[in-house]
Amino acid sequence: MFGACRLGWGRGYLARLCSAVGVLFLASAAAAERTAGSPGLPHAPNIFLPSSAPAELIRELAWLVLSITAGIFVVVTGLLVYCVVRFRHRPGDDGHEPPQVYGSNQVELAWTVVPLLIVVVLFLGTTRSIIAIESAAPPPDALRVTVIGYQWWWEFRYPELGIVTANELHVPVSARDDRRPTALKLQSGDVVHSFWVPRLAGKTDVIPNRDNHMWIEPFEPGTYVGQCAEFCGTQHAKMLLRVIVHPEGDFERWVAEQQRSPVVGDDPKVRAGRDAFQQTACINCHTVGDTVATGIFGPDLSHLMSRETLGAGVAANTPENLKAWVRDPQQLKPGCRMPAMQLDDDALDRVVAYLLTLR
Amino acid sequence: MRTAAGALPAQWALPRRGRVGMAGLIATESALFTIFVVAYLYYIGKSLNGPYPQDVLELPILATICLLSSSFTIMRAERALEHGGGSGFTAWWLLTIALGGYFLGATAAEWHRLIYEHGLTISTNLFGTTYFSLVGFHAFHVTVGLIMLTLVFVLSLLGAVTERHAERITVLGFYWHFVDVVWIVVFTVVYVIGR
Amino acid sequence: MAAIDQAIARPRPAEARVPRTLLLHEWVVTVDHKRLGIMYILTGLLFFVIAGLEATAMRVQLFFPQNDLVPPETFNRLFTVHGTTMVFFVGMPIILGMANYLVPLMIGARDLAFPRLNAFGFWLSFFGGLLLYFSFLGGDGLYGAGTAPAVGWFAYAPLTGRAFSRGNSTDYWVLSVLVSGFGSIATAINIVTTVVCMRCKGMTFGKLPLYVWMLFVVSCMVILIMPPLTAAQVMLLLDRFLGANFFDTQAGGSAVLWQHFFWIFGHPEVYVLMIPGFAAVSEIIPVFSRKPIFGYPMMVAATVGIGVIGMGVWAHHMFTIGMSAASNAYFAVATMLVGVPTGIKLFNWLGTMWGGHIRFATPMLFCVAFLFQFLIAGLTGIMLAAAPFDWQLHDSYFVVAHFHFVLIGGLLFALFAGLYYWFPKVSGRMPSERLGKWHFGLFAFGFNLTFVPLHFAGILGMPRRIYTYEPDRGWDLWNQVATAGVPFQIAGVLFFVANLLWALKRGERAGDDPWDAWTLEWSTTSPPPAYNFETLPEVRSRRPLWDLKHPEDPDWKFE
Repeated sequence: MFGACRLGWGRGYLARLCSAVGVLFLASAAAAERTAGSPGLPHAPNIFLPSSAPAELIRELAWLVLSITAGIFVVVTGLLVYCVVRFRHRPGDDGHEPPQVYGSNQVELAWTVVPLLIVVVLFLGTTRSIIAIESAAPPPDALRVTVIGYQWWWEFRYPELGIVTANELHVPVSARDDRRPTALKLQSGDVVHSFWVPRLAGKTDVIPNRDNHMWIEPFEPGTYVGQCAEFCGTQHAKMLLRVIVHPEGDFERWVAEQQRSPVVGDDPKVRAGRDAFQQTACINCHTVGDTVATGIFGPDLSHLMSRETLGAGVAANTPENLKAWVRDPQQLKPGCRMPAMQLDDDALDRVVAYLLTLR
Repeated sequence: MRTAAGALPAQWALPRRGRVGMAGLIATESALFTIFVVAYLYYIGKSLNGPYPQDVLELPILATICLLSSSFTIMRAERALEHGGGSGFTAWWLLTIALGGYFLGATAAEWHRLIYEHGLTISTNLFGTTYFSLVGFHAFHVTVGLIMLTLVFVLSLLGAVTERHAERITVLGFYWHFVDVVWIVVFTVVYVIGR
Repeated sequence: MAAIDQAIARPRPAEARVPRTLLLHEWVVTVDHKRLGIMYILTGLLFFVIAGLEATAMRVQLFFPQNDLVPPETFNRLFTVHGTTMVFFVGMPIILGMANYLVPLMIGARDLAFPRLNAFGFWLSFFGGLLLYFSFLGGDGLYGAGTAPAVGWFAYAPLTGRAFSRGNSTDYWVLSVLVSGFGSIATAINIVTTVVCMRCKGMTFGKLPLYVWMLFVVSCMVILIMPPLTAAQVMLLLDRFLGANFFDTQAGGSAVLWQHFFWIFGHPEVYVLMIPGFAAVSEIIPVFSRKPIFGYPMMVAATVGIGVIGMGVWAHHMFTIGMSAASNAYFAVATMLVGVPTGIKLFNWLGTMWGGHIRFATPMLFCVAFLFQFLIAGLTGIMLAAAPFDWQLHDSYFVVAHFHFVLIGGLLFALFAGLYYWFPKVSGRMPSERLGKWHFGLFAFGFNLTFVPLHFAGILGMPRRIYTYEPDRGWDLWNQVATAGVPFQIAGVLFFVANLLWALKRGERAGDDPWDAWTLEWSTTSPPPAYNFETLPEVRSRRPLWDLKHPEDPDWKFE
């Protein structure tokens, strides 16, 4: 059976595999650059395009690790290819075995010591990075936000500003000479989730009965997307995140808007909608500032219409989608915790008209 | 003792299967108990509501003495068997079972007191959870041991246990000693450290 | 003295026709390590096909963003059952099955130390697998994929608690894994006892084949690491059924404690899965390079080192839970240290090939691919060990790509090599080289096409365990290329199955030693008789058959 074996196979396969994998890796790097900032979503996630200090620190470490591992890859693959080519069985080899070498103390010592040294280098770089990110204490005037993960949405509380909102985290931009980081305290209301916005920082889990802390410091205004990164049940895939980084001066405007109480106005349809909202089960779960609605199981709706999406990113925040959501959230996000409210068409119109005023 | 290269060893005696198998079993059970002990230690002082250990736990001194003595009696039984003594073996063996049985009875009585007098169950708080699971797991192992011991006792009453079985009896004895050592650890963790 | 004295059974003449029912009965009640080994492997291969179909369904669902082929809860069940099956009902049975078959033969024994315990362990594993799949039927029937578990293969608390996992789906996960875990422990104790107590005369630990050494280390690890999982699962059952509070955060319990207990099992478990792959490769590469393994003592030391250090690195799965900087730094460096003995082994295999006369029969092709792919797997592992880098990569498709490179590119390729290598011994027939090369080419191509792109999906922020994804994140192309690799892998596996079936009927008769190898299993017939050896062998070196074939140049002069 050896005679029948085509001897070019091993070498040929390896050459083809290496080139294919190499092409794939190179193509990816190019594609990764291209997808950054693709139309439709500025700042698409990419851990190698950081926009915030912790993510930048991580990328620095990543370069160290990648360059070392790339070097190891090239050397070892080279040795493998060389072995496969140079030491393949040739017709003249029949009838005798090659020299039976059992080992070599010097060679084995060398390939033990060199990897150990590499580990030392990597360890030093890693520890430096850990300390820079984890042990960095945010300055006393940093913006503080409490992030609470629920199945399957995010709540953001700004305790010093008296703001509660959902699914979209608004923060001010930071400048390298005038730093304005944001300190996040992470909690969970039910199971383990994970807060991950790749361009801004590494992820940190939110765990019930435990407070975690992280910080972000974006240097570029814009909208950054992320999502829950720890499997948390049926709609884990739709527990999306948006972080809106406001340019200089604009964050204060947003805060003022959020601190304003919602005004109902004179439209009778809106008033009827507000009454329906406050007299049905809506207020059991939702809060609307300065009204009788003080429910805490669902997102705060005081400024619902200031958000870009509904249902933690499951649909764009348009009147049609809002109506579909209130009629039956299970159609948009099956398994989510909000039940269909069993409203008839008129009641639905009125309630939606009311919700549309919550800017 | 190094053999010259290329020569076969003169003696080739390898360890006995039963002992190595039992050592494996003891290793795996030790790992199992370690996890329950770790959980117990981790949750000390973390119960959100009572009853608390210091309020309800009483040191089971007599039960402990009985269980640890049973290790001594089982060794006497093994010694008796090696010297062929049928009735000596059966007597010491029965004493071992009695001591182990008393231990289980005392554990049951303690549980009865904790559940009905103090209202402490496995779901009451973290102390209840970790206490009943750790002590219960140990008691389960004592029970399995007692069943094995009783089986041997019945066989010995039928005259079926002789010096030929000394090795197997010794291996079973290792299991019983293990159960006792675990109790020492559990006692220390629950009644000394945790209270 | 521990030698098993069995009456030497008369071998059944080849022409005797045995009624099918009697044959079936023989297999069901067997305690022969060879038959149990075959049953373990066939069980593993059956579940491999099923879990592969589950993966296919997932990859098809993920071909388009916002695809609605597979509903959310069904997808969640698919990845849970896929992972659980692959680890516990494919990986463990195949490696324990191969060990079952080979260890007694390689040490010159007639069976394992406790044959009935062996059978018990197999049937526990088998029924555990059936129990897991019964969950698709139990409860809701097949509607919405029944009540199969949907909590992920590592089943984090408190998602697995009564409050968040209603019904019995999680209980199926717990019980099926618990039951098969007992089977694994039983087999591990069996293997350790066999290696310690039943080696043939002259076979000191220093002369054990590397395969046996490595399975010995693996078995010691299984004895120590399965209990943490068993304990955690018992605790979860107590929580779910008796209202205990181990992982009930409302009562002060800790979700993190589950993670610690699970990963104290889970990380060494991946070494338990991988080391038998190393073991197979350590036997095959020397034979096909025509040289002894380079640096046997260091290979043993490295394996023991991986086993020991590997028990202390578990929290690198938990870098994101908010541990202290000191803890993160410790687990990072410990994880990187494990890479050193692993790297040493890679170099030793290369050193074995160096200066050899390498023949690229199918087993060796799989070994070469294994070396390349396992190198990549190890390097992505080093990247993940750098904790801050892991804070980005954790729970993303980068990790999925990493561990599939380890388990498919590494373990599965090594197992394919081993199955092709030892198939002639087990069946007495040679597999087809042509079909084997088709299997290899298709599968290697498909595997790389699927899993290389997934590294990049992870780098671009795609988390794991999501039933669909947003179209504007740049993940579409990578998912599509990944799915394109699936048909090639399916084709490869079909060629594999076809090869084995063809070989059983038409394969060339193998004889005792078709590969010109050097360990004891090749000194007896193919297949071996029930009693393994006519007379128990006596050995003087690590390669007893080399000594017999080269009496002028025996190994024991140089070892």
